[in-house]
Amino acid sequence: MAEFLLEIFSEEIPARMQKRAMEDLAKMVSDALAKNGIVVENPKSWVAPRRIGLCIENLPNQTPEVREEKKGPKLGSPQPAIDGFIRASGISSIDEARIENDPKKGDFYVVDIVKPGSKTTEILANALPQIIQSFPWPKSMRWGVGNLRWVRPIHSIIALFDGALVDFEIEGVKSGNKTEGHRFHGNGVFEVSNYADYQNKVANANVMIDREDRKAEIMRQIGDICAANNLELIEDIGLLEEVCGLVDKPVVILGQMDESFLDLPPEVIRLTLRINQKYFVLNSKTTGKLAPNFIVVSNVAAIDGGKAIAHGNARVLAARLNDARYFWDLDRKTTLESRVEKLDKIVFHQKIGSLGDKVKRIVELAGELAPIVGADVELAKRAALLAKADLVTEMVGEFPELQGVMGRYYANNDGETQDVANAIMEHYKPVGPSDYVPTNPVSIAAALADKFDTLVSFFAIGEKPTGSGDPYALRRAALGIIRIILDNNLRLPLGIRVNGELQSFFLDRLKVYLRDEGYAHDVIDAVFANQDDDLVRIVNRIKALFEFLKTSDGENLLAGFKRATNILKAEEKKGDLGQILVVNPQHLKENAEKALFSALQQNDAILTEKLQKEDFACAMKTLAQCRAPIYDFLDNVLVNDNDQNIRLNRLALLQNLRQQMRQVADFEQIRG
Amino acid sequence: MEKQSNENISQTACLRAIAAGRKPSFQDIILTLSDYWARQGCVILQPYDTEVGAGTLHPATTLRALGERPWKAAYVQPSRRPKDGRYGENPNRLGHYYQYQVILKPNPINLQELYLNSLYEIGIDPKLHDIRFVEDDWENPTVGAWGLGWEVWCDGMEVSQFTYFQQVGGFDCKPVSGELTYGLERLTMYVQGVENVYDIDFNGQGVTYGDVFHENEVEQSTFNFEYSNVEILERWFKDAETQCNILLDAKLPLPAFDWALKASHLFNLMDARGVVSPTERQSFIARVRDLAKGSAAAWIDKLEEQKQEALK
Repeated sequence: MAEFLLEIFSEEIPARMQKRAMEDLAKMVSDALAKNGIVVENPKSWVAPRRIGLCIENLPNQTPEVREEKKGPKLGSPQPAIDGFIRASGISSIDEARIENDPKKGDFYVVDIVKPGSKTTEILANALPQIIQSFPWPKSMRWGVGNLRWVRPIHSIIALFDGALVDFEIEGVKSGNKTEGHRFHGNGVFEVSNYADYQNKVANANVMIDREDRKAEIMRQIGDICAANNLELIEDIGLLEEVCGLVDKPVVILGQMDESFLDLPPEVIRLTLRINQKYFVLNSKTTGKLAPNFIVVSNVAAIDGGKAIAHGNARVLAARLNDARYFWDLDRKTTLESRVEKLDKIVFHQKIGSLGDKVKRIVELAGELAPIVGADVELAKRAALLAKADLVTEMVGEFPELQGVMGRYYANNDGETQDVANAIMEHYKPVGPSDYVPTNPVSIAAALADKFDTLVSFFAIGEKPTGSGDPYALRRAALGIIRIILDNNLRLPLGIRVNGELQSFFLDRLKVYLRDEGYAHDVIDAVFANQDDDLVRIVNRIKALFEFLKTSDGENLLAGFKRATNILKAEEKKGDLGQILVVNPQHLKENAEKALFSALQQNDAILTEKLQKEDFACAMKTLAQCRAPIYDFLDNVLVNDNDQNIRLNRLALLQNLRQQMRQVADFEQIRG
Repeated sequence: MEKQSNENISQTACLRAIAAGRKPSFQDIILTLSDYWARQGCVILQPYDTEVGAGTLHPATTLRALGERPWKAAYVQPSRRPKDGRYGENPNRLGHYYQYQVILKPNPINLQELYLNSLYEIGIDPKLHDIRFVEDDWENPTVGAWGLGWEVWCDGMEVSQFTYFQQVGGFDCKPVSGELTYGLERLTMYVQGVENVYDIDFNGQGVTYGDVFHENEVEQSTFNFEYSNVEILERWFKDAETQCNILLDAKLPLPAFDWALKASHLFNLMDARGVVSPTERQSFIARVRDLAKGSAAAWIDKLEEQKQEALK
């Protein structure tokens, strides 16, 4: 058993691509070995800014030889068939073949073919160039005079099997046993002999190859600094994932900023630190608010203990925050209202028109929706009018992520009402599945108006999401509307705003949403069969049905219903029933059928009332009243009576039952 | 890379300044970079004599990146971005600034090392500062060019752009050129520790960047935003376009490219007036791109002709 060590050493790999690359490498090498019959268990792979690598242990030196029995033609077959078999099985004469007997086929030729095993190192030497050449980087490049593509120029490759070189060359890059350490704290090029040696020497050259180790080390150092300075880290997993890809060996440094910057909106400070500078943000434990500090994760253990680095970063940050302050001061000199006309010059979509056009539409729409969602019409229209105005402010130009957030600040500054200011921010909500849903009626009106307009406009020009692509995030917009309606219990039938294809699109999104919420798809389908367009009613019905089916009443009713409809369906298939049958009480003979008929009749009025009130739980309980009569009927009454009148009457009774239950849901869709 | 004795290094302008107990001046940095890249075999060129929005647009980079012939050059290029003018009031933004541009074709495999050495010679000590290569892909749609590379960060400050050219004018770069762009003002502000661009020590003998350029920023901003005449600009744009097309028909890629650059600058001036609607904007950019791409294509044809000629 032997070990395979691979490292591809290059110039700095973009941080966002590193994790995936490490996983792809492990998969591609494992697959290549598996294709040659070598099972790989637990490949270890790693990535650091300048390298990706992997180690696979317990590999055989050689794959076993493969014996294969090749069956040939019958004895006495025509010569061309025999010649063909000789060629195909690689023997020189038919005398080399064995003869076997099969009771059906008779005597026929067989050749035992032995395929020798391959050396694992050769399998690797053949596979690696192809893996490197076809590596799925999101973006790759050529360099120098070569044609090889990689994410950035490759400098060297280590490929050692059982300590010996796996010999290959791609576009002038030869495999070898050399690598380098940290760019600034390494000791030049060194040789390695195996994985243990590699780990040792790379660590000595100040590279932590495991990204989980780097992350843990960053968090450990941040923890120490926070503890020593009465600070609290505002956790940021995304940033941690990124910065661990920017350093070979993290050195965490605490930086200081001028306290006067804390006058800026905290969102602005946080974004400046995070997006522009990749700094972690801290809260003061004393005030519970943003601290005038930041955390930078450096790649260098500086000889002055990081003073120059902290100072340099603080200066850059100050320049950035001064820019932000300049935007903040400048933006507040102009009201949002006076910016609205500028939106006419911004294209929303070439075929749909300008952002100004969109605003005019959503103002009108928000006004129409306001009474339905309980919002003041004028406030809703005002919020819609100003909703997009911050897009032409300097700050949002610099930080597009702050759209809405800045709008709220500027609206407050302009003296708009709190409802309007909040609605400007919240009209984008919910942004994703984990984001919150607005509850203030003015926000709801603006959010619904914006999203409905987007969906209607894009569907009108034929820009619909496809299986793979949804460039305008229309699914997200539809889901946003669905969540707003459901969370706020809004009675807003879709038909008021959307119909046809777009309504189906909404209903499909609702189905996906409900499945994600844990409702079985057959239960969902049973309710969707009613073709309702009121989302709240649909969901209430599904919830009630879901609960009902969990009870023994529900289970039994369903089973009885299934038996009844099976009989009905079998008879309907015969095709002699015509359309809908009517029960004629005159023809009811048996007690069981009389009882079922009267149960159905009694239910009818109650059911109508409960459905009217949308009390679906009660409606279902009402249906359950039929449970005993159904079983009694099924067990004691023969539907297919010889008397055709009686037979049709009994079938009509079952149709009545089905009809009645369908008012609640299509129970036929439910798996029993 | 060539070995240099310490004595040689101590002769660079920056290290002389440091030895004399002062921070390197703006021109010390320019002189040091030129000296350094000259030692790496670069042709040291002078700025191109027409307005460009970025140092890349100097034909020594844009056109020379095409074709097979090896090429090494370095130069300072004033860049004009009318829209970025701030009447000399913003400490970080300028409508006219300098870039130091290096192109090495094909890129040597140790280009990162060569680049880092240039920083050391300016006086940035890698044992004291955190130098990082952060992903940043470069694209210039108006000349149909793109490449992959990084922003180079020094203590969180972007001091250079490092790019491996993949395409120019829509044509594959074969071989690939390595391009380095140093933002000279930013780099100097960093090295000198000043917070305002106008406070930069220009020559080490009392002249500041503000002394040299402040009035220019004020007046050029006034021109860009208040006095440039859009009708005239539009007319000139059309004329530049016509002239470029005449030159393309005549198979004269070098002057054609000059007129493509002029059209590009005229568009930038119009854009600064804020009168170009988004749709028009797209159409102007497309027109400039056609001119630039046409020049690149004509240049490639020319190189091919010359190659055939040489084979005869």
